[in-house]
Amino acid sequence: MSQADKMDKMKQGQFTNPETPGYVGFANLPNQVHRKSVKKGFEFTLMVVGESGLGKSTLINSLFLTDLYPERVIPGAAEKIERTVQIEASTVEIEERGVKLRLTVVDTPGYGDAINSQDCFSTIIAYIDDQFERYLHDESGLNRRHIVDNRVHCCFYFISPLGHGLKPLDVQFMKAIHNKVNVVPVIAKADTLTLRERERLKRRILDEIDEHGIKIYHLPDAESDEDEDFKEQTRILKASIPFAVVGSNQQIEAKGKKVRGRLYPWGVVEVENPEHNDFLKLRTMLITHMQDLQEVTQDLHYENFRSDRLKRGGRLSSHGYVLPLSPAKAPEPEEMDKDMILQEKEAELRRMQEMIAKMQAQMQNQGEGDGQHV
Amino acid sequence: LSSGSEVSLSHSNMSESAKPHHPSPQGKGEKSHGGDFSYVGIDAILEQMRRKAMKQGFELNLMVVGQSGLGKSTLMNTLFKSKVSRNKSVQSNPEERIPKTVEIKSISHDIEEKGVRMKLTVIDTPGFGDQINNENCWQPIMKFINDQYEAYLQEEININRKKRIPDSRVHCCIYFIPPTGHCLRPLDVEFMRRLSKVVNIVPVIAKADTLTLEERDSFKQTIREELRANGIDVYPQKEFDEDAEDRMINDKIREMIPFAVVGSDQEYQVNGKRLLGRKTKWGTIEVENIAHCEFAYLRDLLIRTHMQNIKDITGSIHYETYRVRRLNESNGHLESLLGSLPVKRATVFW
Repeated sequence: MSQADKMDKMKQGQFTNPETPGYVGFANLPNQVHRKSVKKGFEFTLMVVGESGLGKSTLINSLFLTDLYPERVIPGAAEKIERTVQIEASTVEIEERGVKLRLTVVDTPGYGDAINSQDCFSTIIAYIDDQFERYLHDESGLNRRHIVDNRVHCCFYFISPLGHGLKPLDVQFMKAIHNKVNVVPVIAKADTLTLRERERLKRRILDEIDEHGIKIYHLPDAESDEDEDFKEQTRILKASIPFAVVGSNQQIEAKGKKVRGRLYPWGVVEVENPEHNDFLKLRTMLITHMQDLQEVTQDLHYENFRSDRLKRGGRLSSHGYVLPLSPAKAPEPEEMDKDMILQEKEAELRRMQEMIAKMQAQMQNQGEGDGQHV
Repeated sequence: LSSGSEVSLSHSNMSESAKPHHPSPQGKGEKSHGGDFSYVGIDAILEQMRRKAMKQGFELNLMVVGQSGLGKSTLMNTLFKSKVSRNKSVQSNPEERIPKTVEIKSISHDIEEKGVRMKLTVIDTPGFGDQINNENCWQPIMKFINDQYEAYLQEEININRKKRIPDSRVHCCIYFIPPTGHCLRPLDVEFMRRLSKVVNIVPVIAKADTLTLEERDSFKQTIREELRANGIDVYPQKEFDEDAEDRMINDKIREMIPFAVVGSDQEYQVNGKRLLGRKTKWGTIEVENIAHCEFAYLRDLLIRTHMQNIKDITGSIHYETYRVRRLNESNGHLESLLGSLPVKRATVFW
């Protein structure tokens, strides 16, 4: 029942909960937190990287049952020659059973398209770093009430099913980002492979990942107090990496019911059939580990970025605040009425404005000079 | 939240154990739903957050302020149904018992209920208001509160910081008003006026069994008026109500504060049940009976319904105010340094 009803009931002299002796009631705390989370909603950013034509967009649309790319224009080969890697972010708000998720999918068209793909991922890395930088800036700022978290929480890396394992570009890219984002390798268009070919490819890819020291996202083991089903599910998920997926948004009639799939003369590939491909596993993994992916991004990747950044840029934040702080002053003097506080604040503001003006003047005088730090 | 979903999220059903269940996106096992194309399963994230919160446990830091003899320690023990307050030896010399200055004594306990673990810290302030001259007796308390904010800030701006910053900030300060029945004393006004700017204050009328119901109501009314007249914003503060639902709930609470409480750690037999109370010749005062006193409302507010909100206000309002002030102070300090440095060095900034 709602909080308001609870209070009413209390007033009427009825307790809403049976008074068992010794019961304090802070066991309700998780529900208070829960209620707050529902009100706030969640944010999640997923990046997809892979060569054109590997089915990235179709897969994303299948995963979230939305059409994130309604007006898509696929450029021809001639246009692709000159193109560099773009970053396209689309945001969609999904609400299910009262829970709001603000999902941002960052697409990277142009990756691997050029004849010479030597430097095609610097744009991507710059994007990831930029989000970290923005978050650091917001977090160090004065007004922290509405910080938007656009950091990339997870990166699906699409591997072509046509080769015999990882390509050199795959290895190079994953090594360049594995310390900045959670990497989840995905074998695309898995319906080109037989079951045996698929298993062989998976094993090959895992070996190569090991060989090159690539750190992909590791699913945490199930806790000891989880139920058996969940433990089993976690075991199955861990054993299926990298996931071999097929995506489709078309509904096909098969065996008397409508399923999402791809219609071939020799049969129908069902997207949500675990015997046909790992789509369901990928979705389950993403959903049940969304929170963990965010946590690892915050506690590992972001903190690494932050400490590197602070060490590099001297002990200063981008606002010019000195870290560590000057020693705390003595407690406020006795007569601090509102007028005095206002005057003090105005004086401070003036001081800050003067300082900024001074700094700007100095920077102009110096020009490009040696004063520019990264 | 709408009910009637196949996935049951635990709401306020206390008797449910804390064992988690996992709403898997497509139901148990790997079978795909026949015709359900529209359910992705993102509400599973709530359960994940819940698990994380349960695993980490919670921290709560409560401060009690009031003259000695107002039943602060007993009330804490009653709230948490265990001896969480400082040890008080009944036989000690009265001169020993009242300290010469205000002391700050923190005692922490790890308590657990239905799988939810909490580190409860009770901060006692013996000596407050007990001297002949009580001027500035709030200063050690202000300093303590600000010191906790400072400690948290230092951790937060560290280059290599801890995954979970230990939270020693005072979430709530319970201020004990003696049951005079008349009005607030100058000390009460001074203290609450200053402290309400840096911490959540919940005023309570102590030892309320000395007041009849009429006396209690008129006393409360006087107190509320005096708080208003002096611009003292106690918890729940009107300006921090998030939405209409919050405002409605909090308005009801604001009509009832300060809660008139009675504490006790003694159990008595009343109508065949064992209850906490105070036994007198003319009757037994039942602590948890809302017809007798408002302890239950205080407990529900602090623990059962508003605990998370109290912590949120501390973190997102009081602490942030402190942080902004410190950052600006630092900048002012820096500026004075700047003035004395040669021009070139100053271009180190962005």
